[in-house]
Amino acid sequence: MDIVIIGNGITGITAALRLRQKQPDWNIAVISGESTFHYSRPALMYIFMGHETYQETKPYPDSFWAEQRIELLRDWVTGIDTEAASIELKNSGTRRYDKLLIATGSKPNMFGWPGQELAGVQGFYGLQDLALLYENVKTTRDAVIVGGGLIGLELGEMLHSVGVHVTFLIREANYWSNVLPLEESKMVVRALERGGFKAIYSTSLQEIVDDGNGRCCAVLTDKGERIETQFVGLTAGVSPRIELFEETPIETGRGVLVDSSLRTNVHNVFAAGDCAEHKRPGQPRNLLEQVWYTGKYQGEVAADVMAGEEHSYQPGIWHNSAKFLELEYQTYGRVNMGDSGTSDLYWEHPDGERSIRIVHKGGRVVGFNLMGIRFRHKVCEAWLKDERKLEDVLNDLHAAAFDPEFFPDYVAALKAQSIRAYVK
Amino acid sequence: MSSQLFEYEFDEEALGFGKPEPQVTLAKPTGLTRLFQGITLLGSILLLAQIAGSAFTGTWIGFLIGPGLLTLGSALYFWSSMKDRPPGINHDGIRYNGWLARGGGGYLLALLLTGLYVLIYWFPQYLGHSAEGNPTGLVRVVQAPALLLTGGPAGRWFLYGVLYSFVMLAMGVRMWMKYRHNRYEKLRTLSVLFFQFVFAWTLPNLLVKWGQPYMELNGVWPLKQDYLWPTKVSELWNGDASLGPVMIVWAGLIALVGTPVLTYFYGKRWYCSWVCGCGGLAETLGDPWRQLSDKSERALKIEHITIYSVLGIVLLVTGVLWVDHLAGGIFPENFGGALKHYYGFAIGSVFSGVVGVGFYPILGSRVWCRFGCPQAAILGILQRFFSRFRITTNGGQCISCGNCSTYCEMGIDVRAYAQKGENIVRASCVGCGVCAAACPRGVLKLENGSTHLERL
Repeated sequence: MDIVIIGNGITGITAALRLRQKQPDWNIAVISGESTFHYSRPALMYIFMGHETYQETKPYPDSFWAEQRIELLRDWVTGIDTEAASIELKNSGTRRYDKLLIATGSKPNMFGWPGQELAGVQGFYGLQDLALLYENVKTTRDAVIVGGGLIGLELGEMLHSVGVHVTFLIREANYWSNVLPLEESKMVVRALERGGFKAIYSTSLQEIVDDGNGRCCAVLTDKGERIETQFVGLTAGVSPRIELFEETPIETGRGVLVDSSLRTNVHNVFAAGDCAEHKRPGQPRNLLEQVWYTGKYQGEVAADVMAGEEHSYQPGIWHNSAKFLELEYQTYGRVNMGDSGTSDLYWEHPDGERSIRIVHKGGRVVGFNLMGIRFRHKVCEAWLKDERKLEDVLNDLHAAAFDPEFFPDYVAALKAQSIRAYVK
Repeated sequence: MSSQLFEYEFDEEALGFGKPEPQVTLAKPTGLTRLFQGITLLGSILLLAQIAGSAFTGTWIGFLIGPGLLTLGSALYFWSSMKDRPPGINHDGIRYNGWLARGGGGYLLALLLTGLYVLIYWFPQYLGHSAEGNPTGLVRVVQAPALLLTGGPAGRWFLYGVLYSFVMLAMGVRMWMKYRHNRYEKLRTLSVLFFQFVFAWTLPNLLVKWGQPYMELNGVWPLKQDYLWPTKVSELWNGDASLGPVMIVWAGLIALVGTPVLTYFYGKRWYCSWVCGCGGLAETLGDPWRQLSDKSERALKIEHITIYSVLGIVLLVTGVLWVDHLAGGIFPENFGGALKHYYGFAIGSVFSGVVGVGFYPILGSRVWCRFGCPQAAILGILQRFFSRFRITTNGGQCISCGNCSTYCEMGIDVRAYAQKGENIVRASCVGCGVCAAACPRGVLKLENGSTHLERL
């Protein structure tokens, strides 16, 4: 059996490793044009900031892949022939497959801004973008970053760490306010100010100005403001990387369309991770999930199904985490997702740099949001699955604490506050 | 968008990335920072002048304006250069800084450090050490505190104690500032400084002054190999010193009772990164180079061979010495003396000193602790099989970024466990806590569980 996986990101690699466990005799090949070995995409920023070498971002030693008998092929896929069950490669001809997994990931959104093709303008997603950033930064003193999300903040933090003056253009009134509740969003806004970043809110990009030589020199905003800059980072989200499949029988929408077993409409072709769009009969919208963790889970499910098992992808209890400058963030369950009838128990430290939010509905806990405080994933997940009562969760809350030893007992502070509120 | 430029001809392994070079002028150090740099420089000049010979050499004034100003200036420099940044680990630029990433600066520092150790061990006369008790040069600079603490003239070992303690003080301020967002790290900093200044430096010297035998009270056999050797034990037990028997009970208790009990409850960290002098130096002076520890499988194999070999050797030597002592005449005359000499030379001086500390800027901060220390080996076996301590991982939150593995001073591939959601139970882990502090997703936590059975 010949398995071909397109993409060596977290989804493709997770699938390859799991398939190897399940099927010791199958041939497994992972194709990537981006890098020879799998590296951790979230660690790209640490290379630029000098925290890690490129080699240190690779989660497995180079010798590991031969031991696992997983073939790594460095090439770009240029076409797919689903009739012949083969793919076409830029440098190494065609290659037949019995089962194909598409795990091509995403690409930065480009909303057709005038000037987005100029030199000095770029998105930030992969190793090639990192190499381009090293080139672009050579002529950069000031940078404008468009988009108030995680990648934008990472790019800003990277540039700031080497002394570039960074200005964020953020469409919303507060940082990442479509995901973060207002208080937490404001906390990030304060962290940005403290860190010496400039952020302009409720403002969109109108145009990137050409300096006459095909390089950017300024941006114009929808408020009529002109900001001089030598670098523009476009980080207004990502969308599935699917150009390759548009002329093929493989059905695409916003992403490669898959059913709950991650099968596409074409026999023996599967898709998982950022590039997959999950059909959800009876629901108003299909599902796109574009974070590290879901990429990993989908890779596992795809491997099971390809190995011949029945496995249907069920998005579990939502969780995510990030770090905004020095500020750690964790979320579990449903927070700020537009549910009706929810109430929040919110505690914020007087220093304004840490908080705990417990979202509940009808006396049952549905979500946690933590800033500057660590909670235990498994405990939160179990409580959310059981739809545990708020008072029980509060009673047991210390079981969820995951801060290092000797840290102040913030959980007790939250409990004290909730008791005071109850007595009132 | 021109990222297509790179798409087809790109070798990330060879490219190596490195230091970005934007068109910026970096912020100049503040006036305060410059002042403290100036004080450090002044202290260095005054120290050099005293080594060359001056009226102040050997006086309290000389000590304070030389080593004193040097320590004070550098401690304040670390404070002022970090105080304006928000608290939180900052590893910016480390991997492309030649002083910290095996560049020319790193090799130069390694040469100076190893040179210092070679002088102290084998050529102390060049430091001004005098067997007749009339020191000159650098040794004479610490004469005043030596007279106060030991009641006698300074020698090379007193000088070594001063260097060790004061370097730890200045670099301890750096450690405090770097990890000041983290109470575990702050308490640990205070702890290693306390044990160095009180247990390893002041008290042993005062003991000598009071006519008692010299003993570092935080030293444990077999790291301090001779503390349970027959010569030391007889000296303490049968000698004139009134505190001798107390000290032998202390050494025996800490080695044979304290070690297993404390390690059962807290892991080997109670010693290696809270109490031990070698550990204290590694955590303070060695911290800038912690990322240089080798994470390869080959290094792990070497570690297993060398550390358990040293343990085997020290057990054997100790056993032979006791047999020789109790049933004298089995071994040739001077056999015991030669054993002690060669162990002291090869393990005590070359391995733990010259390589262990001298190579900080090349091999990382815990070379001795990882590859050599027999005490760490014993604690490690206890930790691996009979301890409540482990590092837990937080469900599925790991993003495999590698900060934990990169900054593990013991060369443990922490990420390999974290990305699978497995607890980390490793003999070598000294529980410094930096993996948990450096993790950008809050995945790792050092914990003492309720039993030792359910750790994996």
